[in-house]
Amino acid sequence: MSYSRPLDIKNGRVDLTHGSGGRAMARLIHDLFLRHFDNPWLAAQNDGACLPMPAGGRLVMATDSHVISPLFFPGGDIGCLAVHGTVNDVAMNGATPLYLAASFILEEGFPLADLARIVESMANAAREAGVAIVTGDTKVVEEGKGDGVFITTTGVGRVPDGIEVSGDRCRPGDKIVLSGSIGDHGMAIMSLREGLRFDSPIVSDTAALNGLVAAMLAAAPDMRALRDPTRGGLAAVLNEFAGQSGQGMVIHERAIPVREAVSAACELLGLDPLYVANEGKLVAVCPPESAERLVAAMRAHPHGREAAIIGEVIADDHHFVQMETVFGGRRMVDWINGEQLPRIC
Amino acid sequence: MKYIDEFRDGELARQLARAIAAEARPDRSYRLMEFCGGHTHAISRYGLLDLLPPPVRMIHGPGCPVCVLPIGRIDSAIELATQHGVVLCTYADTLRVPASGGMSLYKARAEGADVRMVYSCDDALALAAAHPEREVVFFAIGFETTTPPTAAIIRKAAEAGLTNFSVFCNHVLTPAAMVHIMEAQTDPDAVALDGFVGPAHVSTVIGYGAYQAFADRYQKPVVIAGFEPLDVMQSILMLVRQINAGRALVENQFTRAVSREGNLKAQALVDKIFTLRASFDWRGLGEVPDSALRIRDDYAVFDAERRFGLSYRQVADHKACECAAILRGQKRPQDCKVFGTVCAPDHPIGACMVSSEGACAAHYTYGRFRTAAPQDHA
Repeated sequence: MSYSRPLDIKNGRVDLTHGSGGRAMARLIHDLFLRHFDNPWLAAQNDGACLPMPAGGRLVMATDSHVISPLFFPGGDIGCLAVHGTVNDVAMNGATPLYLAASFILEEGFPLADLARIVESMANAAREAGVAIVTGDTKVVEEGKGDGVFITTTGVGRVPDGIEVSGDRCRPGDKIVLSGSIGDHGMAIMSLREGLRFDSPIVSDTAALNGLVAAMLAAAPDMRALRDPTRGGLAAVLNEFAGQSGQGMVIHERAIPVREAVSAACELLGLDPLYVANEGKLVAVCPPESAERLVAAMRAHPHGREAAIIGEVIADDHHFVQMETVFGGRRMVDWINGEQLPRIC
Repeated sequence: MKYIDEFRDGELARQLARAIAAEARPDRSYRLMEFCGGHTHAISRYGLLDLLPPPVRMIHGPGCPVCVLPIGRIDSAIELATQHGVVLCTYADTLRVPASGGMSLYKARAEGADVRMVYSCDDALALAAAHPEREVVFFAIGFETTTPPTAAIIRKAAEAGLTNFSVFCNHVLTPAAMVHIMEAQTDPDAVALDGFVGPAHVSTVIGYGAYQAFADRYQKPVVIAGFEPLDVMQSILMLVRQINAGRALVENQFTRAVSREGNLKAQALVDKIFTLRASFDWRGLGEVPDSALRIRDDYAVFDAERRFGLSYRQVADHKACECAAILRGQKRPQDCKVFGTVCAPDHPIGACMVSSEGACAAHYTYGRFRTAAPQDHA
């Protein structure tokens, strides 16, 4: 590379030249993305990554855009979230995530120091999840036309033959398993925005779940369905499964773990934890005979310590999701109605 | 936050349920109206109907502020935003209420009207102070709970000498609506009532003494109840006991927040700013005398109705909509032909499907599995 001024990561800001295709953009790519993501496919610096074809099985591909505000929050930031989000979407197909592509939309004036923090966080998250960020894109928009940084990631993974994970496979009698407490991510963001303070702050659960999924598939290869309850929360996933499979669902409120600070924050803001986003949890549906084995395998994994059977699939022509409340009565758990919480992931 | 768990204790609820089942006589019925949408919501959300024995039947009352607002009032709000070019500030639920000609405040906004959602009426006042070049109107709705804050912003606006701020006042009164429901008992279609689960937050302002005349006159027990599910269960037990004993007292279950006198400071403020309207049109109940407030003449410059020369025009509800009968307790949401099909929370026909406190929205969201017809296996 011919001489160009090194990136002033400490005090510099994103300007329009960083997206113009010239030397400044090459500098940004070299000093930040190549340096931190560090893998031979990206280092080849071609227009795309040329990757070895995995042998056998099927390819899974997923994409996810991240527009969260604020960019940094207790438990994570937009960088690791952008990796976890797509890694998890690939993993929820029963696949091993292999490669990611990352596309950045940067706003003019965004501090390079913040961008460097975000890129490092992405690199660490990718390393922990065992995936490589092999290609990407950078665009810069004028000040006021973005919100700091938006990141889109696309992931590719491989699902082995014999593993069939899909929401339409739920059958009456199947057990519904949840990997841990709900609402942590959404309420971490909301309590930050609303200035709520608790003795122990609410921390986002953002995490890559591909390791947990691998352990689950080893213990219960007959698992029917897997999904991570992000926007729309647990309620959305259960309604999706019910609609896809043409069955009903019954869950038990008492079995669903919710942290005390999360339920308190939900109460203050008039929210129901069933509808609040998570970024490091999953819901699995499995045949009843595999359920105990599955839960044991999950509890042995750091991201599944609080795993529990929370309900059952039932035959129901209406595809309703019902919940037995802590009082012993029943209510429906419908799709979320009205406005979602804005810009939470 | 331990105090939440105390009001959500499943074992306590089951104890109360057992007590209600033991004391409710199987040879009579206990038709109890929960006046407030907050109670309707709690009953549905926590599945409390499953805990009540067959003789106890809960009837939804009209206590949902968005639901009782007639179409003509929404039309006036839309007129303010579209024809008078004001910044109209409103609480979120009113945005989606269907008005005349397929309009709503949401649609008015999409067509360019400046309609803004606020969380507090103070936000509307702040907007007016920050934008002296714009006329700002606060669309005030609600029962006695939300009236004192509206009174407070009018007083503040007067103190600050704001000339670009006014309030479109639609505040209504709970005891008047309860009296109206009892007076309508002579209607052959009216559902007979044996007792009332009385308002929670409203009563923190007006006090439980405000219902004494009602209980004496109609000889129906009233139990003021909090909005937590255990509050509702306990108040039902208190009503069953009163009915069994042939008493018609005003009892206060919500002792942690409600006193006999209520909030005297808030009452004085409301009285300073507002005065009774001779009559007000309620959705479902029709014209009810002495049931709503208007802004006093001393504060007429802050009264959007006078400032913009609004005239009220009564508009009939959608033909298929049963909101009126549902608000009177004569019909249940599932009795309405359009419930859950043409009318659903995402595309409401009637106001009871709009607000989370509306009886139709509560039944749709939490309870419709109870009444859904079996589907054909064609």
